[in-house]
Amino acid sequence: MDTKFTPEDLAFRDEVRAFLDENLTDEIRSAAVGGDIQPETIVKWQKILFDKGWIAPNWPEAAGGTGWSVTQNYIFENECAMAGAPAVVPFGLKMVGPVIYTFGSDEQKQRFLPDILQSNVWWCQGYSEPGAGSDLAALQTKAELDGDHYVVNGQKIWTTYAQHADWIFCLVRTDSSGKKQEGISFLLIDMKTPGIEVRKIDSIDNQHSLNEVFFDNVRVPVANRIGEENKGWTYAKYLLTHERTAIAGVAQSKKAIQKLRDIASKEISGGEPLINDAMFQAKLADIEIELMALEYTELRVISSVAAGGAPGPESSILKIKGTEIQQAIAELSVEACGHYAHMLNEENPIGNDYAWAVSAKYLYGRASTIYGGSNEVQKNIIAKMVLGL
Amino acid sequence: MDFSLTEEQTLLKDSVAKFIQNDYGYEDRQKLIKTESGYSADNWRTFAELGWLCVPFSEGDGGIGGGPIETMILMEEFGKGLVVEPFFETVVLSGSVLSRAASPEQKAELIGGIIEGTQVIATAFAEPESRFDLNHVATTATANGDSHSLSGKKSFVLQGGNASTLVVAARTSGDTRDEAGISLFIVDPSASGVSIESAKTLDGHSAADITLDNAPGTLLGAEGEGLSVLKAARDESILALASEAVGMMEKLYKDTVAYTKDRKQFGMPISVFQALQHRMVDMFTAHEMVKSLLLRAVLSYVNNDGEADKNIAALKYYLQVNGQAVAHEAVQIHGGMGMTDEMSTGMYLKRINVINTLFGNGDYHLKQFTALAS
Ligand SMILES: Cc1cc2nc3c(=O)[nH]c(=O)nc-3n(C[C@H](O)[C@H](O)[C@H](O)COP(=O)(O)OP(=O)(O)OC[C@H]3O[C@@H](n4cnc5c(N)ncnc54)[C@H](O)[C@@H]3O)c2cc1C
Repeated sequence: MDTKFTPEDLAFRDEVRAFLDENLTDEIRSAAVGGDIQPETIVKWQKILFDKGWIAPNWPEAAGGTGWSVTQNYIFENECAMAGAPAVVPFGLKMVGPVIYTFGSDEQKQRFLPDILQSNVWWCQGYSEPGAGSDLAALQTKAELDGDHYVVNGQKIWTTYAQHADWIFCLVRTDSSGKKQEGISFLLIDMKTPGIEVRKIDSIDNQHSLNEVFFDNVRVPVANRIGEENKGWTYAKYLLTHERTAIAGVAQSKKAIQKLRDIASKEISGGEPLINDAMFQAKLADIEIELMALEYTELRVISSVAAGGAPGPESSILKIKGTEIQQAIAELSVEACGHYAHMLNEENPIGNDYAWAVSAKYLYGRASTIYGGSNEVQKNIIAKMVLGL
Repeated sequence: MDFSLTEEQTLLKDSVAKFIQNDYGYEDRQKLIKTESGYSADNWRTFAELGWLCVPFSEGDGGIGGGPIETMILMEEFGKGLVVEPFFETVVLSGSVLSRAASPEQKAELIGGIIEGTQVIATAFAEPESRFDLNHVATTATANGDSHSLSGKKSFVLQGGNASTLVVAARTSGDTRDEAGISLFIVDPSASGVSIESAKTLDGHSAADITLDNAPGTLLGAEGEGLSVLKAARDESILALASEAVGMMEKLYKDTVAYTKDRKQFGMPISVFQALQHRMVDMFTAHEMVKSLLLRAVLSYVNNDGEADKNIAALKYYLQVNGQAVAHEAVQIHGGMGMTDEMSTGMYLKRINVINTLFGNGDYHLKQFTALAS
């Protein structure tokens, strides 16, 4: 049992720092605020990471991963976050990519994985439907076989960044006769196919991330199905596990705390910097202590997985605690910004140059306990699977 | 011991509730906030015609002699409807300042104008570095014949961009954080030396930063004694805004209960899940508890029982914690729908957050309470 960095680890950290110093511009740093995103800028950053060979640390080395140790991964995540690098868009690299390299055919791997690694193709996730949120398996979007194509009809909702997407990975119903989990297939669909319509959903953060996606007789080659027909639920569950661990966001929360400290040094309360206020300090300390516990919880999970073990019961709490901490930081940040935390528009705001981003992040962040399996559903899973209730 | 409303108070409540129900739909409200002024002049005229704009003013000033209880009744209903007309800014905040400080001539013009619906008045007290301290006034006023010249910066002036008249706090003597030496002025927003930059806020209202550069101002009340007027206006403002928030909290828990009965997952309404039931019970409880503190504070203020400062501090702190929690829960229990503008849930959250910031946030009032309780 030891968590000290070796000299090699420290050398690696310096290498990462030097890389970030050289490549991470202010323009790239501002590519993602709250629910908003600048697709060209974020793609530019992902291509820089690709050129360096660092785009997919979580992939197996053979598929294009880095082959880093747990410690190296940890160092990389931390350094990127602390330097203010935007998180990579998860849909290709963290969601469908792993599904394709795990369950896809060789042809699918060759066709899709290079474009995902090089960020040539923007993916979105078509799981949820109006009637199928927490109860995802209730999904109704139908795919009927017609020769060597499926004909897809139905509707997806909450599809993040569908407006930017070239491709969508979808769960569709291919059989309604048996148990609902057993009639689902996993399809990759080109967004340019005739019959697809994307409609914007206006959201409380006033940014455009959410959409509805409608399918009207959309023809999808059978060759775009992952794995076997009616086995899509297995692949979907695999992907959800990936999504749920990536969601803890420890390094990003550390960065957010640092930003909050900066803000509290600029804001004046009772004639002095807010950071000197004992009540504010106590609230901040409370969150930092939670985050310290979460950081070690995550390290325990990652190292047991790296040692070839299965993630233990502690892994189930990462999403719940991670999102609660993110929300607590965002709430305190809004509080720190005082009056100017409540401005509607980024352009021509009154006040200062940091408060708007804080509130956009806070409002969008309300969703972190809803998406990726809501925290209530996570607790149901823990109660059942971990505690045996 | 009696918490019941009088007949007149009940009539007032019913008339506002009916208006909100029939004429203030959420979709219309969402269209209104996208217009330049952000509210409806027609509604404002209706408020005047229905006599709502005169409610808190004394009969001598042309009002009906209502007080914080009547204001509470109005604001609670306005909260449910997410009303965006500048009632709070004009009638409650500025009205409170004017009632206390204005000369008979100033009252006739300004309070008279409020009651007729021809005046929208914004009061500018906060500054870039004041946060919640009313005594932090760096803006200066220098005598200039029988008028004054004001210079400085006022921030987050509610409805500042829509105002026909401004009330401004400026310093006639002393240092930036002194309690004495603060005076109040009437300023014409179109006068030279006044520049107003207005922006919309997340809750659908608006606020302005106002720069004064030798702007002409007419003294309002006694020179150097503005702080006590501002403090009284703050107390009445907190009571009014907390009433609005209590109305919103009631709406939030009721809307959430209704949504869960309607929304089906796993083959049943999600209202059957006990994990959610208990949380809705907590929302309901929070609403009742905040309402109790509101009544405690309002009655204590009305009866002038010596405990009002403490009760108001307690109320504002407790509202920060519970109001935001109820709104967060409402969004969460609505799932993805809670993140959309289609539902009003998120708008209530944003308005409650603004209210929690105005006139001192939870921490600020917890400190006030601690100081008063010891
Ligand atoms: C910002 C955002 C981005 C998203 N991006 C995507 C995306 O890109 N692709 C995609 O497919 N989906 C996406 N989603 C959808 C997301 O996965 C769903 O919102 C989520 O699964 C919840 O479903 P729902 O919204 O239908 O809520 P519901 O399932 O209706 O849940 C409503 C409430 O009931 C609770 N609840 C439900 N069942 C139970 C239970 N058994 N016990 C206790 N409580 C329960 C929930 O926790 C929630 O609080 C996104 C959602 C949001 C908000």
